[in-house]
Amino acid sequence: MKRYVARRILSAVVVIWAAFTISFLLLYLLPADPIAIKLDAVEGGGRGGSGSVSMPPEQVAEIMARYGYDRPLIVQYFLALGRMLGGDLGTSITTGIEVRDSLVAALPQTLQLASVALLIGVLVGVLVGVLSNLVAFRWLRQLLQSLPPLAAAIPTFWFGLVLLQVFSFRLGWFPPWGNSGFASVVLPALTLSLPTAAVMAQVLSKSLREVLASPYIETARAKGASRLRVHLRHAFRNAMLPSLTVVGLTVGNLLAGSVVVETVYARDGLGRLTETAVDGQDTPVVLAVVVISAVVFALVNLLVDLLYPVVDPRIRRATTAVA
Amino acid sequence: MTGPGEPLLHVQSLHIDYASGGRLHPAVRGVDFTVGAGEVVAVVGESGSGKSTTAHAVLGLLPPEGLITAGAIRFRGQDIARLSERRFRSLRGAEISLVPQDPTVSLNPVTRIGDQIAEGLRIHEKLPRRAARLAAADLLDAVGIDRPLVRSQQYPHELSGGMRQRVLIAIALACDPALIVADEPTSGLDVTVQRTVLDKLQQLTHDRGTSVLLITHDLGVAVDRADRIVVMQAGEVVETGPATEVTRQPRHEYTQRLVAAAPSLHSDRLTATAGIVATASASPPGARPADPIERRADEFVRVTDVRRQFRVVLPDSGRVDLVAVDGVSFSIARGSTFALVGESGSGKSTTARLVGGLDSPTSGSITIDGADLEQLSRGARRALRSRVQFVHQNPYASLDPRFSLYDIIEEPLRAFGVGSGRDRQARVTELLEHIALPASYLRRRPGELSGGQRQRTAIARALVLRPELVILDEPVSALDVSVQAQILQLLTDLQVELGLTYLFISHDLAVVRQISDRVGVMQQGRLVEQATTAELFAAPADDYTRRLLDAIPGSRARG
Repeated sequence: MKRYVARRILSAVVVIWAAFTISFLLLYLLPADPIAIKLDAVEGGGRGGSGSVSMPPEQVAEIMARYGYDRPLIVQYFLALGRMLGGDLGTSITTGIEVRDSLVAALPQTLQLASVALLIGVLVGVLVGVLSNLVAFRWLRQLLQSLPPLAAAIPTFWFGLVLLQVFSFRLGWFPPWGNSGFASVVLPALTLSLPTAAVMAQVLSKSLREVLASPYIETARAKGASRLRVHLRHAFRNAMLPSLTVVGLTVGNLLAGSVVVETVYARDGLGRLTETAVDGQDTPVVLAVVVISAVVFALVNLLVDLLYPVVDPRIRRATTAVA
Repeated sequence: MTGPGEPLLHVQSLHIDYASGGRLHPAVRGVDFTVGAGEVVAVVGESGSGKSTTAHAVLGLLPPEGLITAGAIRFRGQDIARLSERRFRSLRGAEISLVPQDPTVSLNPVTRIGDQIAEGLRIHEKLPRRAARLAAADLLDAVGIDRPLVRSQQYPHELSGGMRQRVLIAIALACDPALIVADEPTSGLDVTVQRTVLDKLQQLTHDRGTSVLLITHDLGVAVDRADRIVVMQAGEVVETGPATEVTRQPRHEYTQRLVAAAPSLHSDRLTATAGIVATASASPPGARPADPIERRADEFVRVTDVRRQFRVVLPDSGRVDLVAVDGVSFSIARGSTFALVGESGSGKSTTARLVGGLDSPTSGSITIDGADLEQLSRGARRALRSRVQFVHQNPYASLDPRFSLYDIIEEPLRAFGVGSGRDRQARVTELLEHIALPASYLRRRPGELSGGQRQRTAIARALVLRPELVILDEPVSALDVSVQAQILQLLTDLQVELGLTYLFISHDLAVVRQISDRVGVMQQGRLVEQATTAELFAAPADDYTRRLLDAIPGSRARG
């Protein structure tokens, strides 16, 4: 078991490192130069007056040197990696604010949004997935089974706009934007949860259907177990593993989805931070966001991996010593 | 309660149809039989006979598309054929219970076995958790599982197949039902395990006076275990009678065929069909080397002190060498059949793979027609492959479902670049005659063939390159008995006609007896005994061989 946990943790670390390295290289390869953009912005201020004042090349070189952009790639890479490991995420090129400070402000907002969305998504997904097999009426089962693919096809931003239109503008139940309290999370979280719920329901419904056809279900029925008991006691736990995997993968989608949802609902958070940083080619911020997302993703999937043996005793045995 | 003279279970002109595509397909057509209190009745039939459907109807577990269209199932005088699901639920597990077919997949993998046994007691007798657990441990003890309190905490994957079947028997017995439906209860198990499991079932049901409806394809099992036998064919009962009478003096023509085909009820080596002419190169079957170690002129295969071990890496740093084949030596005379018999895990299939050159031994040598497999160059090894061919156990899995019959049989010729397209076509057509399939079948795909036809196709594929040695790995164990008999006859005919040498792998001693000249018995990687078929069956020298022989069902019919 210790070995299993150690291997899972190691692979989580590798995922985070790989995310850092790949995004570092990609950002380096970007054709645009963040310094040039910054300088453009500075100069733009004076453009209205006496025309462009070009920055002397030695000054540009000095700024480049300050950010370390004059060093060879490999040196830059290890410097950045070292700083990252030491917890120094650098400063934003466009705003000059410490990246860490922006992250500390943005991350809790997005984590709150994403975890509420995950909770709603899993609850709704499980409910629809189970009911689409459990309900006694064939037509209702078929209706429930056709819902998830439909939900998966709805674009998130459109669903968000519809929710806004109905529940904020028409009914006035929830604030349309901002980060003020729990009420402001509800609509964005609902929006963000839709794809999660759809995928969850689809996967669970399918694996429940497969499990329900297995011989041990017949054994259970032959004992006189009721339909409810067969579904919940026997089939559900066996059908859970694939869905558990999906939950882990969904977290990545939730973080990605927060970019759209936070924009639609004008919320502050990691998504918005990403959007502005990418827009301004703010390399340190983008890099930090990618790494922090990788950390969240890796942690959640580590948790999922550790849950497998709890759900399935066969994995438990493979993870403990065989005498 | 059951009145005097009234049977516990009375199935009366039962009709069951399966609805599919808006049409009804009859599966059971007017079945009549009874099971008295404390009586064991076996329903025997091949696949598609409707025996399993009947059993499921008795349990009220027909699939939604299975409809009882006429007749009645009287249990203690009450017709349960049209009982509501809710009413039936109180009967299932409590009064009528099931011992299912395949123990490896019939237990819930994520629930402790103790809880699975206790479940029925919790449902029907509303026992509190603790009491149900203790009762479950008692049941485990009753079915012969050691340390029941410890075992009841284990999960199904931690138990062997035989133990899992005992757990399933404990589940069936939990609420002390009046009737147990045992649906092929031992079909996936080794013979010695089958025997002990059936002994246990018989003893427990006898002690408790429980009636048993035993569903089986194996006449031998039926005659050994049942008081009466009901023979079903194509949804109808063709014969009913006392077990020994049905097997000794079968009246119906189908039963006679079934008895004739049942390998466990026979003892003779099959001979080639009249009119089959041996080719010149073939030596008569029966020409056996007197001493297997001594190299003889007619020796085709020689296996000398072969060992094969696998390194198994355990998840927790450890490494273990698993010895699959250990010091095995034998030889096979040209044109004869050598059978390797053993239970699962005995190493017989690994040995077959070694002889076929699909795997290399860790030590020891294998020569085929004088050529040492290990000394051969890659090219020569590949060339040898055309002389050594395989027929596998499962004709459903060993044929590519997207290939036509023609493609399947022709493929080895293509692979070895034999002949022109026209030559190949001629050769495939020729083979089709050998396996007795009409030429119109060439364009069919495996999905459109029966199990027997598929296995014939696999045999044709193996023969198309004119091999000298054919390795048959359980070639008939997935087939119904009557089909099994046809395939064994076909193999015998082909051997004489083409002078083939067979290495025949099987777990079924009864089948081995019909086809082989010499038999080797394997246990835990070792060849514990080898002798001519007649000697081995008449006077087994090894203890394990004797146990295997004793476990062959049907001893009551053989008398």
